[in-house]
Amino acid sequence: MSAFHLPPYARSMGMEIDHIEEGGVPVVAMDFAERVQGRPGFLHGGAIGGLLEMAAHAALRAELDRQGSDLRIKPVNISIEYLRGGVQERTFARGEVIRAGRRVANVRVEAWQGDRGKLVASSWMNFLLAAPKTS
Amino acid sequence: MSKDDKAAGLMKAIMPEGFIFDPERGARWFTRAGHTGFLGMEYHDHGPDWIELALPWREDLVGVEETGVLASGPIISLLDNATSMSVWTRQGTFNPQVTLDLRIDYVRAATPGKTVIARAECYQVRRSMAFVRGIAHDGDASDPVAHTAGIFMLVSSEGWSKP
Repeated sequence: MSAFHLPPYARSMGMEIDHIEEGGVPVVAMDFAERVQGRPGFLHGGAIGGLLEMAAHAALRAELDRQGSDLRIKPVNISIEYLRGGVQERTFARGEVIRAGRRVANVRVEAWQGDRGKLVASSWMNFLLAAPKTS
Repeated sequence: MSKDDKAAGLMKAIMPEGFIFDPERGARWFTRAGHTGFLGMEYHDHGPDWIELALPWREDLVGVEETGVLASGPIISLLDNATSMSVWTRQGTFNPQVTLDLRIDYVRAATPGKTVIARAECYQVRRSMAFVRGIAHDGDASDPVAHTAGIFMLVSSEGWSKP
């Protein structure tokens, strides 16, 4: 059971939870299509960034769920290294929560295509954790 | 003719030798299809070393369903494109390049329903790299939504695109 649902942006980009890895970490995937293409034949850097962020969100939500925490997640910043051009294939991304404290969470995220060892992009992301809104 | 020859031929047809990069025409061309076309990015304004692109708010680009706040993914794309085009704007010519790295600080959430504008500046170009920075705002440039800094690697046109 996970409280994480892909938002409208992720769904319209064709992102989906591909599978859940051991330890409960979700792998988010996105198929190649015209809507994610940058220069002809390659993935757009922003589409890769969007996928990395979604995987970071998903991994952090899964970790907070595991801890029984219902804190809200707000992105603070992201830094992306583009390692090789994303080709016309399905792209995967997986986040690893380095630390989830009371106010801040730090997540590392990687994206790859056919070969898990050949990364398309690597990034870190910081999140602010906030108390759930009381309604 | 090989695929690479075809790609080179297409590049030459679109951007012949001595091609002058017109930021307005270039931005319109680069936002007509693909990911930028899908997001609905638009040319906004430009100067000698800066360019502005706009991204109108759209329901299917929302990141938080309850609030209608735009996802940050489209803001990454907008800043990536605007910073990239600021390099060509400064140089006055088109050169193939790829994003080496991009850092974005989300200062605050974008206001739901408002168009986000990215203003990007290329502040230095070296032999193999171009350095860029920019902001994204939703109407008031003195109250940005995000700040960015990045680097583009200047590459050869061979294999840059695979049309």
